[in-house]
Formats: sequence, structure tokens, C-alpha cells
Amino acid sequence: MNADTSILPTIIALVMAVAINGYLLLGGADFGGGVWDLLASGPRRARQRALIADSIGPVWEVNHVWLILVVVLLFSCFPSVFAIISVELHIPLTLMLIGVVLRGSAFTFRTYDAHHDDVQRRWGLVFSISSVLTPALLGICVGAIASGAVARASHLEGVSFAARFIAPWANPFVLTLGVLTLALCAFLAAVYLTYEAGEDVQLQDDFRRRAFGAAGVVFVAAFGALALSGTYAPNVRRTMGTFDVSFLLHLATGAFVVFAILALMRRSYRVARVFAAAHVSCFVWGWAFSTYPWILPPDVTFVAAAAPDAVLELILVALALGALVLAPSLVWLFRVFKRQPAAFDDLHEETTGEFHAPNPP
Amino acid sequence: MSDLLAARSQMAMSLAFHIIFAMVGIGMPVLMVLAEWRYTRTGDPLLLDLAKRWAKGTAILFAVGAVSGTVLSFELGLLWPGFMHFAGAIIGMPFSLEGFAFFTEAIFLSIYLYGWERVSRRAHLVAGVLVAVSGALSGVFVVIANAWMNAPRGFRVVDGLPVDIDPIAAMLNPAFGPQALHMTLAAYAGTGFAVAGIHAWFVLKQPKNRFHRHALSLALRMAVPAALLQPLSGDISAKLVARTQPAKLAAMEGHFTTQSRAPLHIGGWPDEATRTTRFAISIPGGLSFLAFGDFDAEVQGLDRIPEEDWPPVAIVHVAFQVMVGLGVFLAAISLWAAWLRWRRADFVHHPWLLRALVAAIPAGFIATEAGWIVTEVGRQPWIIQGVLRTRDAVTPMPGLIVPFLFFTALYVFLGVMVLYLLMRQMRHAPKLTSPGSG
Ligand code: HDD
Ligand code: HEM
Ligand code: HEM
Repeated sequence: MNADTSILPTIIALVMAVAINGYLLLGGADFGGGVWDLLASGPRRARQRALIADSIGPVWEVNHVWLILVVVLLFSCFPSVFAIISVELHIPLTLMLIGVVLRGSAFTFRTYDAHHDDVQRRWGLVFSISSVLTPALLGICVGAIASGAVARASHLEGVSFAARFIAPWANPFVLTLGVLTLALCAFLAAVYLTYEAGEDVQLQDDFRRRAFGAAGVVFVAAFGALALSGTYAPNVRRTMGTFDVSFLLHLATGAFVVFAILALMRRSYRVARVFAAAHVSCFVWGWAFSTYPWILPPDVTFVAAAAPDAVLELILVALALGALVLAPSLVWLFRVFKRQPAAFDDLHEETTGEFHAPNPP
Repeated sequence: MSDLLAARSQMAMSLAFHIIFAMVGIGMPVLMVLAEWRYTRTGDPLLLDLAKRWAKGTAILFAVGAVSGTVLSFELGLLWPGFMHFAGAIIGMPFSLEGFAFFTEAIFLSIYLYGWERVSRRAHLVAGVLVAVSGALSGVFVVIANAWMNAPRGFRVVDGLPVDIDPIAAMLNPAFGPQALHMTLAAYAGTGFAVAGIHAWFVLKQPKNRFHRHALSLALRMAVPAALLQPLSGDISAKLVARTQPAKLAAMEGHFTTQSRAPLHIGGWPDEATRTTRFAISIPGGLSFLAFGDFDAEVQGLDRIPEEDWPPVAIVHVAFQVMVGLGVFLAAISLWAAWLRWRRADFVHHPWLLRALVAAIPAGFIATEAGWIVTEVGRQPWIIQGVLRTRDAVTPMPGLIVPFLFFTALYVFLGVMVLYLLMRQMRHAPKLTSPGSG
């Protein structure tokens, strides 16, 4: 559709990578919080859950708008790709949506429902199970695209239902990427929570241990995916071997997780938080650079799939204007809610307390 | 059930569910801000309490609105990949702007809901105003995309695909103004009357309760003007439909034969087999006048349109009658309330008005659902009027009845839960009593 030289599709692709990065750093940590809610254990179970709820409370809706931004950019700027992905990944996307719905509503219902333990636990269970499924399914969708299976499936004709709609995503490589995504979210959340725990040393230790565990799973899943890619995603494997930007980013990914773990060992939680975020970001960008210029590897490029330049130009203008409004608003939001941790008690009152009716005069 | 029918039903069900929360997301912030602003003016703590309670209810509804909206953005592709392939680049612009409006709304709503003790009074009120503005804007942007489906502009079709795309021209399609206005008013009227009705019910039970009297009067301030403007705005919409979608207009009116001095049918049942609308009250020339401002104008009937291009006539006609009926009802209550207010009467002494308000609790929501049925079913068999047929846009994925049934069950469950939680919230209302006007 466009001259092959147009730079605009690449700029949009960069913006989408930024949004995915934002989603993983914020929304991903939300999901991870749900994982630790599910796995809360030991004598401080209730306190762990309360800390998680308070950290997520004010910001969860905002954290998930990043996903909508990605979807909207995808269908406005690469409409044919949006159509192909929606057809071929109908099943995992639908399951993911169910997760999104259950997670968001259960979290809110828990806040406003009765504060008896059993009611709270029931919503908590729905919330935490869907927090596990949703990011795993997201990882599966991204993995299926990266492995080239989605592009291949879109050329299939006259094959069985399973071959077209299930096989592309139900293979060991793609499923491992699902686990990897989930583990990244859990790692990120655990590290953030060590910091959010403020002065509470016991809670910090709880989440510090969990962060180590999650890092272990990230490690195993990452190398598992690498090993499996030879068979299931040769195109991914090929990009791993070449020395280029994405290779450097993969190295950085590895380095940052080591730094994060060292910082955790020294209990410098502030520093650990920064390194964990850097780790996850490098992960996203490493993936982005190794995929580029393909939007649907192995045969559709960003440029080939892009809407006409006239459309992309306008979208970029809208993005710029939107960013002008958003950036200061986001800064305000995070300054209000995330500046000092350990606002535990007063926040708890605000978010989960029943509204106390004033006494009749 | 065919896959096409399942897809249509799932889309209809998801949208019908989402629109309720969307309306509340547009209307409630205005009420919260109104209450808080009055509080800064009068210093009456009761108003602050009211703003906080309204904010709580809004939080529950907003969350469900956000997740059901997320589902919709994916469903556009999951169910209608052919549509998105064709239209994505053309209507991506309003959706992108909508994305930013949501983002802003979500940010300031968080600050509003959780920031009572954390930001200054003034900043808090400003956050509330920004929620109200961005809420209204998100509704407007999404309606622009829908208006384009009714009156597509800003592209040419070559070999079945759009070329020469002009997203601005697409946004400025002739339907966008009338539809955006009508929808925004619907959100204010619908939410306003629902809130007013709930508090009217409490006023009937506890006439001395100042809390509910204040709440009632604030809610009416939003509902009454909107409901009075709604029939005027509906008339603008109808005139537009007459020009751009004659088949839809004919179906709305149960109008089968092209004629000048066309009669307006009120009520009745259009029978597609015999091509007549039976049991209706007929006003000679009424349709010609309403559609074109001239009693003698010719109005195209369904006979000019190939039968395969007819929308389901009976559904569209009945839905239209329901909307207009409820619109007249709401406008009548509004006149009554405005008159009493002008006379400085105390509503407590007018139990029949209070009862009418209670009866009107669901009216705005039902009218909105009916109005959307007119718009969407009336556009059939087209997904993009005159350009792309619904059946050519549906996904090749088989077995769509499974997600349809699943999402229906899920949404029924969520709806019941939301109602239960709202009732629970309301039961904790304060029992403030004191003499004085409400
Ligand atoms: C509180 C809700 C409400 C009320 C009281 C009314 N409407 Fe409405 N109507 C809507 C809520 C609505 C809506 C749900 O918001 C629609 C669907 C699409 C749109 O733009 O608005 C709509 C659509 C709609 C359309 C179709 C527009 C299109 O397809 O493009 C027409 C012709 C009217 N309305 C006309 C009226 C008239 C003459 C009314 C007189 C009383 C009226 N409406 C009251
Ligand atoms: C006339 C129809 C619609 C109106 C007026 C409307 C309006 C709104 C409003 C006001 C919100 C804010 C959330 C809330 O208050 O509950 C919202 C949420 C949302 N809507 Fe809709 N909407 C409509 C239809 C759609 C459609 C068709 C889509 C998708 C294609 C959609 C996508 C979304 C999304 C993604 C959200 C969540 C945003 C967030 O997380 O804040 N909406 N909608
Ligand atoms: C929120 C209020 C809305 C309601 C209640 C609503 C209702 C419906 C209904 C009843 C149908 C099924 C029509 C049929 O197949 O007979 C439908 C279809 C559809 N609507 Fe809407 N609609 C709304 C707003 C929107 C908006 C804002 C958009 C897009 C921007 C939209 C896009 C669609 C699409 C793509 C279909 C499927 C294709 C078709 O049947 O034409 N709708 N909607």
C-alpha cells in the first residue's frame, strides 16, 4: 500500500512497543499481585493480601488502559493484521477476555462486598485465578505470533478445526512463553511489593523470598523457550544467533536480572525495583527488535501491513496531543498514590472500609 | 442458531450490557461534581457525604464498564474481522482519541475516588470536572465511529477495499453531530432520572430525610434539561435518517408504500407479509412533516427497496415506538417538575410526582437500549450502510454459539452482582432528618 520507504509504520511500531512496555511494567505487576494473592501463605497471609490490594487499588484501571491503546493502534494502523490475529487466535483471546472481565469485576466486588472472610475469600479466589490465567494467555498470543504460527495458519485452507484454531498456539514453545510472561509479572510484582511494604520487615522478607522464586521460574522458562524454539519457532531461533541490537538487549536483560537479585540480596529494595523494571523493559525491547521488521513473522512486515501514510500521520498527531494530556496526568496520579509507601493504614481505610455514615445529629 | 446470528447476538448483548455502564460513566461524574461544588459553596457536610456516596456507586459501575469495554474492543475483531479489515484505518482515528479520553477519565477518576484525603479540595474538584469532561468525550468519540457506519464518508472503494482514506472527513460524517448530541443527552437523562427516582423512593418513605431531598433535587437539575431537549434532538436525528437511510426510516415508521402526504403511524404492528401496518393510530401527513418539514413531501417506503435489503421491520418499528413513548413520558415528568420548582413547591407535598419519578427509574435506560436497536437493527443487512454487508464481515470461526452463551451467562451474573452491591451500598444511607427545604 505504501512506498516501502515510509518511516511512519516504524514509528507507530515503536509507540506500540512503548505501550506494551508500559503495560507489562504496570499492568503486569498488577497481574503478578494477583498471583501472590493466590499463593499467599504463612502466618502473614492476611497482611500479604492486604498489602497487595492496597498497592493495586487506586491504579488498576489506569494500568490496563495500556492494553486498549495497543489494540486500538493495531486495528487503526495495521487493520489486516488485527483481522488475521483475531481470527486465528480467537480461542486464546476469548479466554483472555473472560480473564479480564472476571479479574476486574472480582477485584472491585471484593472491595465493596461484605467484609466477612468467606465472601472476601471467594472474590479473592476469582481475582487471583484470573490474574494467573490472563497474563499467561497474553503471553501465549504473543508467542504464537512470534513463532510464525499465526501467519502460517492464515494461509491454511480446508484443514480441521484443531489444526487451524488450536494447533498454532497449543505447542510447547508457545505455552512456555505463557509461563515466562506469568513468571515475569510475578517477579516484577514481588520486587515492587518489597518496596511497597515500607517499614514492615517481615513482609519485605516474604516478598523477597517470592522474588527469588519467581526469578528462578523466569530463568527456567526463558532457557526452556530457547531450547524449544529450534523445533517450534525456527525463525525466532535464527534471530537469537546474530549479533545485533536485539542480541545486546538480550544480554542486558540477563544482566539486569542479576543486578536485581544482587540488590534484593543486599535488601536495597529501591534499587532492586529499578533493575527489575529495567529487566522487564529490556525483555520487551529485545523481543521487539528481534521481531522487527515483521509484524506477523515470517511473512508480513510492518510496512506492508500499514494503513496509508495519511492515516498514520493523523494518528501520530493524535498520539502527540494525547501524550501532552496524559503525561502530566499520569505523573500526578503516581505522585498522589505512589510517592511514599507504607501509607498502608490510612489507605486501607479509604479503599476497603465501609463508608461510615455520620451519626444523626 | 447460525454462526452469523450468534455473532450478531453476542455483539448486541455485549453492547447492550456496556451501554448501561457507559451512560453511568458519563452521567454520574456530573452529579458527583455538582454535589461537591455545592458543598464548597454551602459548607453543608451532607453534600460532601452525598458526593462520596455517589462516587462509591460510580466506582463499582465504572469497573464493570471498563472491563466490558475492553471486551468490546477485542470483539470488533473476534466477531467482525472483515469489518475491521475494511474500516480499521478509516475509523481508527475516533477510536484512538477515545482511547486517550478513557485514559484521562480513568486517571482522574482514580484521583477522585481515592484522593479525598490526599489532594487539596480544589484539586479534587478539578479532578472531578476532568472525569466528567473526558467521560462525555469518550462517549462522543465512540459514537462518531458508529455514526460513520450509518453514514460512511471519507474513502472510495476500489476492488472491495477502501482507498483515498480521509479520516477527518470520515469523522465529520453527517450523522455524527445528531448522534453524539442525542447519545450524550440520553446519558444525562437516563442516569439523572435513575438517581432521582431512587432518592424519590426514599423521600416517599422518609419525607423528613434531608439527605434524600438534596440528592433528588440535584439529580433533577441534570435530568430535567436533558429530557426536555431529547425530543428536539431526536427530531434532528430522524430528519437525518430520512435523508441518509430511507430503509431505516421506513422500518421505524412501518411505512411500506412510497407516497406524498405520508401518515405517521403511532403504535401498531407492521406485517411484512401483507406489507401493512395494522392497529396503528394514523396522522395524515405527519411523517412527511416530521421527516422533511413539509406535509406534502414524498417519503420513500419499503416498496422502493429490494426486499433482501429490508431490515427486520417489526423489531425496528416497535423499538422506535418504545423509545419515543418513553421520551414523551420523561419530557412530561420534566415539565411537571420544572413547573413545581418554578412555583417553589416542595416535592414532598406532591407524592404523585415522586411516584412518577420512581416509575421512571429504568425509563432512560430502556429508551436508550431501544434507540440503539433502532439504529443498529435498522441498518441491517449492512454493517457499513450501503458498503459492506454484515454477513460478509463475520469471522470464519465456527461454533460461535459457545462464546455467545458463555458471555451471556457471565454478564447476567455480573449484572445481578452489581445490583446486589448497589442495593447493599444504598441500605447504608444516613437517616438525617431535620426541618427545612430539600
Ligand atoms: C434517554 C434516552 C432516549 C430518549 C428519551 C429518546 N431517545 Fe432517540 N435514541 C437514543 C436515546 C433516546 C439513543 C440510544 O441514544 C440513540 C441510539 C443511537 C443514537 O444516536 O441515539 C437513539 C436513536 C434515535 C434515532 C435513530 C438515529 C440513527 O439511527 O441514526 C432517532 C430517529 C431518534 N432516536 C429519535 C428520538 C425521538 C424523536 C425521541 C422523542 C422523544 C427520542 N429519540 C427519545
Ligand atoms: C454508544 C456507545 C458507547 C458509549 C457511549 C461508550 C462510552 C463509554 C464510557 C463513558 C466509558 C468509560 C467507562 C465507564 O464509565 O464505565 C467506556 C468504557 C469503555 N468503552 Fe465504551 N462506549 C460505547 C461503546 C463502546 C464500543 C463499541 C467499544 C469498543 C469498540 C467501547 C470500548 C470501551 C472501552 C475499551 C472502555 C474501557 C476504557 C477504560 O478502561 O477506561 N465502547 N465507554
Ligand atoms: C452501546 C450502544 C449500542 C448498542 C446497544 C448496540 C446494539 C447493537 C445491536 C442490537 C446489534 C445487532 C444488530 C443486528 O445484527 O440485527 C449491533 C451490531 C453491531 N454494532 Fe452496535 N450498538 C451500540 C453501539 C455501537 C457502536 C458505538 C459501535 C461501533 C463503533 C457498534 C458497532 C456494531 C457492530 C460492528 C455490529 C455488528 C454488525 C451488525 O450487526 O451490523 N455498535 N449493535
